[in-house]
Amino acid sequence: MASSMRTPLGRVRGHGAAHSGTSHFIAERVTAIALFFLAPWFALSATFAGVASYDAAVAFVRQPVNAVGLILLIAVAFTHMSIGMRVIVEDYIHKPATKTLLLLGNAFLCAALAAAAAFAVLRISLGA
Amino acid sequence: MAGAGRPAARPLSPHLQIWRWHVTMASSIFHRFSGVGLYLGAAGLAIWLMALASGPQAYAPAEALLTSWIGMAALYLVFASLAYHWANGVRHLLWDTGAHLNPKAASGSAWLAILFALVAPAALFAVLNLGA
Repeated sequence: MASSMRTPLGRVRGHGAAHSGTSHFIAERVTAIALFFLAPWFALSATFAGVASYDAAVAFVRQPVNAVGLILLIAVAFTHMSIGMRVIVEDYIHKPATKTLLLLGNAFLCAALAAAAAFAVLRISLGA
Repeated sequence: MAGAGRPAARPLSPHLQIWRWHVTMASSIFHRFSGVGLYLGAAGLAIWLMALASGPQAYAPAEALLTSWIGMAALYLVFASLAYHWANGVRHLLWDTGAHLNPKAASGSAWLAILFALVAPAALFAVLNLGA
């Protein structure tokens, strides 16, 4: 009796924990640590480079260090915001159909925006 | 059911209307709001990069929007959201280590994050306009 807290059904099924329950929790924090550096770097360096104008923006993205930094920022930021919006949807939307649609829309939108942004950086910096 | 005939002497669950306002509550709500603001800002970043990759003609409307009052106000709000989410994110990362996780420290750092979100965008705006 005292040797196990498991129910008889649980013991028969024999499944343990999947050991991946905290993957989103950890990913949100790892990306947060990366964004601690990447987000202010981009916001400030792009602002001071005057990237509203076409020529200044192209020159900024063409710098190899900036192109690499932008691709890192895109990969990390869109992952972070995808997880963040997922948490918001799961917290407030309880109707299964609406929730599923919003979660799908969030995942697809973040993937599409990240792909578009990364492709644009490569096209500008490689000079197509 | 036990106690079915007894008057309810148990504590009532907290009611929305009798909650005292806390700065830690506001700081938590602002974190979500600024996160949604940055979501929109990141979508703008992707659209801006695609316009830039499509050549000067495709970029012209983007430049017109970015230098207009609406575009500048939007950029100011995105920068304020970033400043807040960044500062408040540091609080969350510190709490994950178990540090500063008490009401007094949490209230103090909440005010710091709010102050930073007010000062940082204003300072950047001032530096850019004084430099010009």
